[in-house]
Amino acid sequence: MSEDKTYAVPNQPTPSRPVIIDAELCIACNKCVEVCQMDVFIPNPEKGKPPIIMYADECWYGGSCVDFCPVNGAIKLNQPLMQRVRYKRKATGEHFRI
Amino acid sequence: MIYNTGIEWPYPVLYEKETEVDTDVLVLGGGIAGCWAAITAAKKGLKVAIVEKGATISSGSGGSGVDHWGPCVNNPCSTVTAEEAVQSPPKGSGMYNFAMSHYIDAKENYDTLLEMEQMGGKIRDTEDEFAGADFRDDDTKFMFAYDYDKRYRMRVWGANFKPLLYEECKRLGVKIYDRTMATGLLTEGGKQGGRCIGAVALNVRTGEFFIFRSKATITSMAKHQRNWNFSTEMSGLNTFRPNLSGAGYAMAWRAGATFTHMEMSKRSMLSSGQTFPFYGTGNSFNTWVPCTLIDADGKEIPWIGRDGNVMDSVSDRVHPGEAGRGRKKAEKTVAELLADLATAYRRRPLPDIIPDLEQRIIAGEFKLPLYADLPGMTEQERNVIWGVMVGNEGRTRTPVLNTYNESGFDSSRDLLQSYIMLGGGGLYEPSMPQTRIGGDLGPAGGFVVDWNLMTTLEGLYAAGDTLPMSHTHSHAAVTGKYAARKASQYASNISQAQLSRQQIDREKARLYGPIKNKDGMEWKELNQALCRVMQNYCGEVKNEELLNIGLTWLDDIERNVIPTAYAPNPHILGRTVEVLDILDCNRLILQSSLARKACSTMMSFVRLDHPQVDPPDWHKWVTIKQQDDRIVTDSLPHDYWGDLESNYAKHSGL
Repeated sequence: MSEDKTYAVPNQPTPSRPVIIDAELCIACNKCVEVCQMDVFIPNPEKGKPPIIMYADECWYGGSCVDFCPVNGAIKLNQPLMQRVRYKRKATGEHFRI
Repeated sequence: MIYNTGIEWPYPVLYEKETEVDTDVLVLGGGIAGCWAAITAAKKGLKVAIVEKGATISSGSGGSGVDHWGPCVNNPCSTVTAEEAVQSPPKGSGMYNFAMSHYIDAKENYDTLLEMEQMGGKIRDTEDEFAGADFRDDDTKFMFAYDYDKRYRMRVWGANFKPLLYEECKRLGVKIYDRTMATGLLTEGGKQGGRCIGAVALNVRTGEFFIFRSKATITSMAKHQRNWNFSTEMSGLNTFRPNLSGAGYAMAWRAGATFTHMEMSKRSMLSSGQTFPFYGTGNSFNTWVPCTLIDADGKEIPWIGRDGNVMDSVSDRVHPGEAGRGRKKAEKTVAELLADLATAYRRRPLPDIIPDLEQRIIAGEFKLPLYADLPGMTEQERNVIWGVMVGNEGRTRTPVLNTYNESGFDSSRDLLQSYIMLGGGGLYEPSMPQTRIGGDLGPAGGFVVDWNLMTTLEGLYAAGDTLPMSHTHSHAAVTGKYAARKASQYASNISQAQLSRQQIDREKARLYGPIKNKDGMEWKELNQALCRVMQNYCGEVKNEELLNIGLTWLDDIERNVIPTAYAPNPHILGRTVEVLDILDCNRLILQSSLARKACSTMMSFVRLDHPQVDPPDWHKWVTIKQQDDRIVTDSLPHDYWGDLESNYAKHSGL
């Protein structure tokens, strides 16, 4: 797709980014494709590129893709924003979010 | 119209292509029960095949981990017997405790755990991280959960148990068919109710069709799910477990197997899209026992013990003493039963935090929000909750423990917020009364089996969650082993049978319909419609008229909508076939609900046209099957397995 054109695109399922792949770190071994229970990923048709997150709405956040990834940090779980739990520092009362 | 990404399907498309596989023992579903079954049968020298929709390395309800194991009554520290363990049945099961398989679990639980250790599973605190802890035995290095006196629920480091089982299957030469969903059972002569002689399956990447011919078959697929409650929006597919549709039930129902307790469902605590990561919010239940909860001002929420009195210390919570004798329940009216059910889902076995917490918050005694006070626990209690339990229980290692720690959460100084009374996650969650759960979480109905764990179809054995009122990791492991012992024995004395081509062709026609359409109904909308049928016509209150309308709706959808279903690739075809199975499970639930003509407190079951609550005549297992495509209902006594000790001794083969 050309960057200077505007396309007709349907809405994305929510969540649309259950995992985030770091394209710099990913070695395109497709291990995540092999271990994902839901088949959220498909291999990239372009050799050497990170897998494509095709069925984002089926992710159950089990974490197999992260657990079995051979490169630390190449893939991360990305919990939906509304499911990010909050916490409070006991000593100071400051609030944080996961 | 379905949006086309322009990316060509990356796998070869082999719709309708047939591959035939011969095996001695066929295992349908490669989860915990399935892997243990396969390992057990393979060790007996039999040819074994696993058919698994996901990837066996970490598939199934227990595939991503387990933090506790029991009833481990034979471990040297336990003070509990198998008989006592089955007398304290799982929460919510009450008189409908399926004591037969739970007794088997108790008897063989410890040996199975030791076998897990042989495979490389960590079941002891070998690094002495918790030396001297109240919950640890310093001789065996075993660690215990919940009741530190009885010592029969083990804390285990189960995050990698499933990959270890997978390696063991491979080592023993088990043939593993991943990404392959079993869709139908094959019976002798193609007849409903006939001997099970194999199964057919669909590869969800290629669309290829598999025909498995077996001497014995073990069904160890998940319970029925997504019957009342389904949304992919904001929640992942369903609320809890992947890939689960009740296919194991649906195919056996079509094949004529007998089921029981399928009318059992409960008010949902799991509204799709409203939950937080499981075990990932402040709470004091299950994996988090005995964590202290405090209110917004730091005031501790009291716990009460089995005698109803407030417990003074954290230590009391894990030394709860003997359970008191339950009060005999007074007879209830339907109105009283309904009022009771409205809050029943909040009640849990004691010890627990105060059951009237909600009222006391409203009265101003405690201030929202609440928090889990991990920093206030002793170091050993804190680290065993946040690190061992949260970290090894399913879906906690990466989704909770590592994710939270990496984001800066520090269990020694931070209070994790609780969502009690804020909606979403844990108990006290507002939920739609009509959004019920069947097999989605916790005990539900399942296969009628005998002491061989053989179903009413000869040659078909059942293990794991498909047994009635069963839902734990170790129960799946032990019953998988037991069923495989029996199935192996059976397979060694019988030859393979001739398959019915007609039955295979019928199944192919059913499966490949959705690829022949060029556009049409999409699986998610179908699944949601099936849930709406159940919400409206098989909800909190039922009567014959409602249930029959539900069945009419299902017939209508099957006849007029399913033929328009559209699947543009094998993945979506797999999801669509799941929904066909959900439709059959819904039918099984509606028909079972028609068959129980009384209300039941323990089953959270209300028939307004049969308002007697728990009449003694109905204290039984209602059974149901199809024969010549007609519904046949019957019943079995609530203890139909007879004396546990003598029957186990007679049948276990040990």
